[in-house]
Amino acid sequence: MSHHFKILVRHLNFYYGDVQALKNINLEIPANHVTALIGPSGCGKTTFLRCLNRMNDIIEGTRIEGEILLDGTNICGREVDPVQVRRKVGMVFQKSNPFPKTIFDNVAYGLRINGNFSKRETEELVEKSLKDSALWDEVSGRLEDSAMELSGGQQQRLCIARALAVKPDVLLMDEPASALDPIATQKIEELIRELKTKYTIVIVTHNMQQAARVSDYTAFFYLGELIEVDRTDKIFTHPGLKRTEDYITGRFG
Amino acid sequence: MVKGKFFFMNEENFPLIFIYKLRMIRMKIEANIGEGVLEKKGITFAEVRSQRIKEFFIERFFFVNGLLAILILLGIFSLLFAKGYPALKELGWTTFLLSAQWNPTAYEIPRYGILSLINSTLMVTLGALAFAVPLGVACAAFISEAASPRIREILKPTVEILAAIPSVVIGFLGIVLVNPALSTLFGISHGLNALNGSILLAIMALPTIISLSEDALKAVPKTYKEASYALGANRWQTIVRVSVPSALSGIIASIMLGMGRAIGETMTVLMATGNARALTFNFLDPIQTMTATIAIELGEVPYNTTHYYALFIIGFVLFLMTFLVNLVSDIILQKYQEVER
Repeated sequence: MSHHFKILVRHLNFYYGDVQALKNINLEIPANHVTALIGPSGCGKTTFLRCLNRMNDIIEGTRIEGEILLDGTNICGREVDPVQVRRKVGMVFQKSNPFPKTIFDNVAYGLRINGNFSKRETEELVEKSLKDSALWDEVSGRLEDSAMELSGGQQQRLCIARALAVKPDVLLMDEPASALDPIATQKIEELIRELKTKYTIVIVTHNMQQAARVSDYTAFFYLGELIEVDRTDKIFTHPGLKRTEDYITGRFG
Repeated sequence: MVKGKFFFMNEENFPLIFIYKLRMIRMKIEANIGEGVLEKKGITFAEVRSQRIKEFFIERFFFVNGLLAILILLGIFSLLFAKGYPALKELGWTTFLLSAQWNPTAYEIPRYGILSLINSTLMVTLGALAFAVPLGVACAAFISEAASPRIREILKPTVEILAAIPSVVIGFLGIVLVNPALSTLFGISHGLNALNGSILLAIMALPTIISLSEDALKAVPKTYKEASYALGANRWQTIVRVSVPSALSGIIASIMLGMGRAIGETMTVLMATGNARALTFNFLDPIQTMTATIAIELGEVPYNTTHYYALFIIGFVLFLMTFLVNLVSDIILQKYQEVER
């Protein structure tokens, strides 16, 4: 693996109160590739994902140990402003969650809070983000409509556009297609493949086929531990460990 | 004979509507479980019937209770109008609504203009909202978004207890506390004026606004806030740009309800506003609200005079105003719940 690593995770432990949710995770996430996190429910993959942009900070009573290096800088320290981390590491959630605002305002939200863009720049960036998320053709004529009027798949792509607008380096996706029908899912997957040329993508998924289709690397989590990580084709054809094989062939989980 | 009939009720002497209903029930039951099954299970038709009768009366009981609220409302509404009607017939709406002079006991020509009273009521109400809205919404945002669970647990019940302070006590504070404070602050002879009333009414409207706004803010889906944080917003930006706009209709409804309380409040404004029947727009002038006028004069007015009837017209107009405010807040709340769905 001669890639440039965007994120290095070293000896990461994570606790919800007294419960340890992540145990000594060590993982390298290569730049401009898609890394899939798989594992049964409650294995810690979503918790891990939320560590990468400090989203667990907003949950009370959580504690983190170890380090996560983003471009060589530790983002776990108390002195690091989570707001700055989240501007570099965007996130798309399991359930699409557009704001109850217009389509335009949804995409412009990140721009308006983050800096001084002129009206013109904002419009250009919104258009670009919507094109990047393959939504522009469907919504270009009705940017002032409420985002709530879009279909589920469109809403999810709007959420991706909204995350892209602030120009993050890394995009985290928490089961982005789990609530969508097969056609909308296919569109999201195509989008992920396109986006990886510009962004480093980490995706949590319950869907083995999806992990096989979109990811370059796959990490298997089980009971808060990272069991195995390797190239996706290798994990799905010659998994190194019995437990991984059992999970991906559907024998448990 | 009659008594016996009552106790041995059968299908022949039973009121028609019951018989019809019972036949339908029997047909339904038999269609569902097959003819004769009821008897086999040891459930007699009489048992089913008595059950239905019991349910019928229980249903009616709740229906009548529900109806009672509407009847009382309509009763008050028509009573006010009927009592005020003689004055209306004699003077007409224009006399009441287009004149600002209220002086029914004048030596020569009595005046019945309630414009200054309406103006006073609106002044203290809007003045109260000017204090209570920013404070209340900010406090609600603090409780729901920023406070630690411990502080929240102390603060919210405390705010709600504030609503339980009797209005006469608040009025008392207005006289002994706000009155000298305003008089010193503005260099006026006394501080019993519209501003004093506004401040006190703001205190009385705050619990409603805080409590209901906080409920509305808490009902904002967590996913909105998470999305905002994930886009690099800080807590302040999330509150101002996501939480408050999403909860806006609930917040507006809470303001309307607080406003309803302020419009109808009597004792506090009677004690603290100085009771001068002048049309003024200066908050440092003493004023007399509609409620205070009724409270002061109704006890001493001779019965069945024009003055007496005119006081009911004030009550009627006041009732319309509060009714309107409540109606609007209801409509907004309704809309809010539809959006949530």
